[in-house]
Amino acid sequence: MTINIQHRDPNQIMKLSRLGCFHQSKLSFLRSFIREFKDWEFKSEIFELDKDGYGTAVYSVSNKERTYSLVCFANKLDDTERSDRVIATKWDAAFVIHDGLPSKDDIERLRENVPKQEVGRCSFKELALSRANRSVRVFNHVIDSLSNGIQPNKKLLTEVGYLYRTTAVYGSGKFGLADRYRIKDRPEINGPFRIEMMLVYLVRQFTFDQVNHIAHKKSPNQSVKLDLELSRQLGIGNSTGLGMAPFIINHPALLHQWIYVREEALKQIREIKNVSNDDFEMFKKFLELSKKNVNNWNTNSEFQNIKIAQLKEDIQKFEENYLCNMKVDKEYFWDELYKWVEENLTHEGVEYIVSLMMEPYDNIISLLVPQMSSDEDKYFDIPANRTTDELKSSIEKSYPNIIEMDFSIDKSNENFWYISKNKEEPRLASRFEEPGAELEQPLAIARDIKELHDRLSSYNNEKLSKFLQENTDLRHIVRRCYIVEKLPYAEIQDNSIGSELMPIDMLRLKLSFFGAQKFDPRSDKWLRICMYQGAPLMHEINKSNDTWIYN
Amino acid sequence: MQSSSEINTVSKRAARAAGYSWGIAEEVGKCISSIEMFGIRGVENLNNYFKTIKDIKPEGPKQIEENNKLNDKSLCPIYTGLKLIDDYKSVDKIKTLKFIKLDYPLLLLPFINKLSYLIGKRIQVTIDEINAECNLNTCILADHKIKSLIIKKANTVIITILENEDNFSSKTWNELYEISTETFVEETEQSKQTGAGAGLQDND
Repeated sequence: MTINIQHRDPNQIMKLSRLGCFHQSKLSFLRSFIREFKDWEFKSEIFELDKDGYGTAVYSVSNKERTYSLVCFANKLDDTERSDRVIATKWDAAFVIHDGLPSKDDIERLRENVPKQEVGRCSFKELALSRANRSVRVFNHVIDSLSNGIQPNKKLLTEVGYLYRTTAVYGSGKFGLADRYRIKDRPEINGPFRIEMMLVYLVRQFTFDQVNHIAHKKSPNQSVKLDLELSRQLGIGNSTGLGMAPFIINHPALLHQWIYVREEALKQIREIKNVSNDDFEMFKKFLELSKKNVNNWNTNSEFQNIKIAQLKEDIQKFEENYLCNMKVDKEYFWDELYKWVEENLTHEGVEYIVSLMMEPYDNIISLLVPQMSSDEDKYFDIPANRTTDELKSSIEKSYPNIIEMDFSIDKSNENFWYISKNKEEPRLASRFEEPGAELEQPLAIARDIKELHDRLSSYNNEKLSKFLQENTDLRHIVRRCYIVEKLPYAEIQDNSIGSELMPIDMLRLKLSFFGAQKFDPRSDKWLRICMYQGAPLMHEINKSNDTWIYN
Repeated sequence: MQSSSEINTVSKRAARAAGYSWGIAEEVGKCISSIEMFGIRGVENLNNYFKTIKDIKPEGPKQIEENNKLNDKSLCPIYTGLKLIDDYKSVDKIKTLKFIKLDYPLLLLPFINKLSYLIGKRIQVTIDEINAECNLNTCILADHKIKSLIIKKANTVIITILENEDNFSSKTWNELYEISTETFVEETEQSKQTGAGAGLQDND
């Protein structure tokens, strides 16, 4: 007998409180980047920094057919000018991924533009753009230590986790960068954010090379290089604000693919009839190793600390009340385990275990990862020949909780999303206290779905084209309904403008798919994370075993 | 050079600022980036059009008919284009449609190209003296000069749905077919017996 496990209900999974509990997994983009590129050749091509570490560096990633390059520009920055906020105009370093090896002319062109970031221009020969600031505390400590011939304090390095943190990584046509369509058929980047992940990985190597270089110039006879094991324990930090949140609303088809693939992985694992002891042992091993990351998770955020405490409690409960007595002698072992977890743990614990359940199954995950991209244009057209009754029924099926929400009360309409004039970045404001609500972005999905459902009630099975003509203000939301009809995980089933909205849940959802760790909320609107901590270094990437995240 | 993504985003936001709803603005963004890729001056035409509608409320046809016009003003290419794609089934029945006085008619082309895709047929477009053909949203064939044009207003725009017909003779087809058969292997008695799966008679 085989069992047919259903995908989990989108109306439960797509709640922000649940999505905000997602963790990195084998599906995460950092890990799939390393799996994809581990057999490519990584090289330092140019390293022209002065004694203080300012100048230009180029790293290349090549196989027989193609080369990508990271071009780095490190510049002097006064402490007073260093800011991670998007309104900053100068950074310690700026980076770009160039398609191929850059010529001298390319480097000169990029030197004029890349450090300016949003006000500079890239070309179709560039694929991703970024900037980063030093963690001054760690950076200076590392330079001082290395130049004095000693290794830096491991505890400090582990606690912070990086030498630099990026404050934005742009791709896909922004600021003149190549449009996605130009490169989308390249198999090595057939996964979301591959180029961005490449950029961050190469930036990490630059940070190590830069500190070694500065320490050596400072004290040529005495300095030592940063220990390789310490280097591995350093990643790249990232400060992420609200810019990331609307992305997951604005890309419903892509969001669906990410969540669907995760749900499909869980379904296939729960359907395994006979689980091998080796697979179960692997799960237990990574559960044990992963606790190190949980225990090293430091934040001053009360919100996050409650979640970390919940997670620790869940893991303990799982180990003591379930795992210690379990053997894989029953059929559909994972299904039973999942059911226990769902019944007994909080969302933090459930999603943590779901991520870990994927670890033994390369065969399942490797087939699913290529499905994590989406051709969004395929879902753009509205089937205007359908009827208003059909649309109404579709809404009732796809959005049962949202159409029950009450938008006549202020609490449900508390916030609005807008684009700031200064940096063209998304922001969130109180509708009743701040100006600009008339320029609201179309991100109040739940409110507009409810409005659409109400207005459809006054139509009697009429052609949708008529409805669209008479209700042009709802065209964007009609489009979404048809996307969700085909792609059930495309929509966050929550109110994105209510007073209880926690935008960092949206950020965490996206960052968990990136593979970020150590979510450190600094408010309800921005957070810091760490990427590639524990990852193999550039010279040893071909030996990577995909479990580096637990190192 | 502006990327296609930037053209899409800026056109969308500009359309919203010009008074169109977000849903319509999304369509405008896609359309402008698509005709720019065909080399037609979508951004220039759109920018000029938005300047002209600052003080007027643009309108499209209420219904798609054989002859379409507004009594007192010109048709808006965006609302007209949307009406065409939303009512594509009616359009396919009417076959030939005429639009009297239409602003910035080149902005209608990407909608007609989409219309061609939706109904699965090529569409001939005549904008006063200029001819173009939209082909299933994959290309727009037109006189080369169309690439440099900014057309403020068309007196008449005629769109004709072209039926799916061969544009070669059956003689030509047969000749080409004969050549293609030279890739085939002659059948033998043995190949009849063993070359395919099923039996020679399958009466069971």
